[in-house]
Amino acid sequence: MTFLYNGSWEGLLCVYFQVFNENQSPDAIHVKMSSSVSLFSIGEEVPLIDGHAERVQQKLRKTSPRFLNRLFKIFLSEEAGREMLIYRLIRLQLQDINRALADFRNPDVRLSERIEKKINREVHRMHAFVRFQRTADDLWLAPIQPDFNVMPLIGRHFEKRYADQKWVIYDIKRNYGLYYDLERTEFVEMDFSMNGSLEKLSDEFLHAEEKGYQKLWQNYFESTNIKARKNPKLHLRHVPKRYWRFLYEKHPG
Amino acid sequence: MNAKTLEKLKILADAAKYDVSCSSSGSKRKNKNGGLGNAEGMGICHSYTEDGRCVSLLKILLTNFCIYDCAYCVSRSSNDVKRAAFTVQEVVELSINFYRRNYIEGLFLSSGIFKNADYTMERLVRIARDLRTLHKFNGYIHLKTIPGASDELVHEAGLYADRLSVNLEIPSEKNLKKIAPEKNYKEVYDPMNYLQEQITGYQGEKKGKNKGRLFAPAGQSTQLVVGATPETDRHILSLSESLYQDQELKRVYYSGYIPVSDDNRLPALKSPPLLRENRLYQADWLMRFYGFQAEELTDESEPNLDLRLDPKVCWALRNPWLFPVDIQKAPYEMILRVPGIGVKSARMIITSRKFGKLREEHLKKMGLAFNRARYFICGFNGSLKLHDWKPEVLKTHLISSTHQNFGQTSLFNA
Ligand code: SF4
Repeated sequence: MTFLYNGSWEGLLCVYFQVFNENQSPDAIHVKMSSSVSLFSIGEEVPLIDGHAERVQQKLRKTSPRFLNRLFKIFLSEEAGREMLIYRLIRLQLQDINRALADFRNPDVRLSERIEKKINREVHRMHAFVRFQRTADDLWLAPIQPDFNVMPLIGRHFEKRYADQKWVIYDIKRNYGLYYDLERTEFVEMDFSMNGSLEKLSDEFLHAEEKGYQKLWQNYFESTNIKARKNPKLHLRHVPKRYWRFLYEKHPG
Repeated sequence: MNAKTLEKLKILADAAKYDVSCSSSGSKRKNKNGGLGNAEGMGICHSYTEDGRCVSLLKILLTNFCIYDCAYCVSRSSNDVKRAAFTVQEVVELSINFYRRNYIEGLFLSSGIFKNADYTMERLVRIARDLRTLHKFNGYIHLKTIPGASDELVHEAGLYADRLSVNLEIPSEKNLKKIAPEKNYKEVYDPMNYLQEQITGYQGEKKGKNKGRLFAPAGQSTQLVVGATPETDRHILSLSESLYQDQELKRVYYSGYIPVSDDNRLPALKSPPLLRENRLYQADWLMRFYGFQAEELTDESEPNLDLRLDPKVCWALRNPWLFPVDIQKAPYEMILRVPGIGVKSARMIITSRKFGKLREEHLKKMGLAFNRARYFICGFNGSLKLHDWKPEVLKTHLISSTHQNFGQTSLFNA
């Protein structure tokens, strides 16, 4: 039996609520596509029902907060088949508490651990590779383009760290971002076309000191190199080329 | 920021880069005052140099003027280099502006000795104090303790810094005196011991005026230069072990000597001993996370680490009677000692076997280096029949089948 949901985490949790409640066994779970010719549009559509998503979360959190956290990360991974993987993990967890986190003989357990690791690494990379530019009216802007949809996982980190500056971190691939206004952080959609692209903001838009600091940073980076120890392979393993785009230190001059 | 700052930054970052420490982890400092920055949790590498080292902190010298003449150091007084000095204000502004752009986790500030130890230390402390009090900066600060500085200044440094370090540099006092005539071990050990006392004191403070106050919450570290003087690895590792145990250091860094001078007090090396440095890091790792003692890692008859194989395999080959280890029953400590099994896979093995027998196909997928580990384990369907391997034979085999992995990262999968 195939189930369809609206693409959100809450929507997906409602599917699990239904299948576990009514003892159904899904063969597939998909996001409902609007196009009627899509292969994925045939199946039972599970509606969002108030309270269902939260009840599933509560139940899973009771078995282990870490487990619930992992499931959410798997959802964000955009990995094909993630909905069924999560379904099987929940089933395993309900049968035997904590087996889903500890029995690495099981291929689903290994896979879920690998996906979580991948997401964590991407989150860590965003913590590292975000580069803010200061605008003339004191907003700090950073474009990013993560491999996975990690925006919902990185807000807290930057909120704690940059509590006294207004900032925006923007995913230019998925076209949404986080905006912190000194009080709270919100998801936003923005249009930067007025000021060039977010990547290449026009000079009038930037703070007078911004370019100067970028230059200092590039210079600093140059000076930290020890020529006698050069090791390009190791270097690329740490910072794959696709991340260089927003790193000023990699574009001297 | 003007052209002068740019020029200074070039000189003073260049002179600071030979201190290899760049860690920004282990602090407990939170952003509680609504200010800038947060240093709790694990450190972050914001970039990597072309030699693959982490760039986490703004690592600079306050000045590279120095009254001393340590042979291994670019800033030594007899060396003909451009000199510069930052003002307190310049360092503060650079740190804050780099931090706000998310370039760095914080500041690592060291200095040549200008006039005298206290005069220099006083300025380092002032920068840290300004950052913390005037600018509400909660990012990471690592200060170098200048050998010979007074206890009062060292104490004040601890109130503002997350980590403090005093570098031993040369792994024996005898050789230190030969190449750094103005230095001695006492001036390094005194502040180290003093700091250890203070750190323990502040941590234990459950009431009174210092309760909950941070004092160098990320502890102390030091650096040893390797290859500039003739100490053996056995000597170096036991020195590190005593620093971890007696002075309770958080980290000992090893820096393969890079010929920075043609000073005739030092050997003329063509290139830095990077592989040796890497082996020392692996051995150090084994002491800190795998329960090894320093003396297990080398032999009295062969006091240096083998450059061809990692120290864990070498240890196993010297102790064949401890193997094979039964993967279904052996305690965690022993599983951890198997070559090819790291902390992560050891944990996976321990948690998984509670649910049933481990088979070869499971092991192969648990992230261990199976082709290496298989010689040392048994108790599963794919166990080797013959476990009475001859150490010399297996050693030759492992050497020829090992793709040497240069660089620090290979440690993490050892
Ligand atoms: S005291 Fe420090 S800066 Fe001065 S020469 Fe010696 S190592 Fe270099």
